[in-house]
Amino acid sequence: MAMHFEYKIEGGDFTRAGNASSQVKRTLKQLNVDPKVIKRVVVALYEGEVNIVAHAYHGEIHIDIDTEKIKLALIDQGPGIPNIEQAMEMGFSTATPEVREMGFGAGMGLPNIKKNSDKFRIESEVGVGTKLYIEVYINQ
Amino acid sequence: MKLKDVAEILKGKVVCGSEQIEKEVEFAFSSDLMSDVLTLQKDNVILLTGLANVQALRTAEMSDISCIVFVRNKKVNEDMLKLGKESGIVLIECSCSMFKASGMLFSNGLKPIF
Ligand SMILES: Nc1ncnc2c1ncn2[C@@H]1O[C@H](COP(=O)(O)OP(=O)(O)OP(=O)(O)O)[C@@H](O)[C@H]1O
Ligand SMILES: [Mg+2]
Repeated sequence: MAMHFEYKIEGGDFTRAGNASSQVKRTLKQLNVDPKVIKRVVVALYEGEVNIVAHAYHGEIHIDIDTEKIKLALIDQGPGIPNIEQAMEMGFSTATPEVREMGFGAGMGLPNIKKNSDKFRIESEVGVGTKLYIEVYINQ
Repeated sequence: MKLKDVAEILKGKVVCGSEQIEKEVEFAFSSDLMSDVLTLQKDNVILLTGLANVQALRTAEMSDISCIVFVRNKKVNEDMLKLGKESGIVLIECSCSMFKASGMLFSNGLKPIF
């Protein structure tokens, strides 16, 4: 079994944030993946999706599923992150009032993504964009 | 406690998922901040919130939260209802404040997560 999915994400479009995560959840359920693993994957993915919507201009999500792991790549074009170490700190946020009104912007997303991942890597270039690579293992 | 007890205690209105009201729940979490909700690890949780938007439903969906109670008279709109049906989440509206709703459910035996 090897599957690949791709989704496009528009910055600022909060009404659709979560569509990709929702579809991935459905797929993983159909594949009978352990609900605990599914929750870790979709929470990390949703946080990443919301970050693209909240902080970037647009982006792409690539999902690869095989029998051992689920790999997520979230690649956006956006302002990038000047100080990744600071962004990874719990509580650091540059979210706008509009984002806060949506129920986000507490500076908890990136740490939460890391916590839910078995492997996590973030790369960012100011003025270009941000890349997140996440892996969650299916059998532990 | 059953979801129908939650609705009854709060004099709330079940606007979505009434076929699931016999379902048992053990824990509740009250927050308007979805960032916080997404960090929860417990199962069998209901969410009390004053945040009436699609993101509250998405957050519940990803967190395996089976029921959302909207406090402070916040109303479920059409988009939320559609998403609630799709993802099988029970939606309850009530007019209590967050404090009152939490207090009533707590004193009737619903447990805090921490
Ligand atoms: N894709 C991104 N593009 C640009 N900046 C980002 C991106 N993702 C995160 N950031 C920056 O890192 C900060 C921290 O991100 P994090 O997800 O931890 O918190 P948040 O999105 O601000 O709030 P929360 O996730 O709790 O809703 C953001 O406020 C923003 O400054
Ligand atoms: Mg975030």
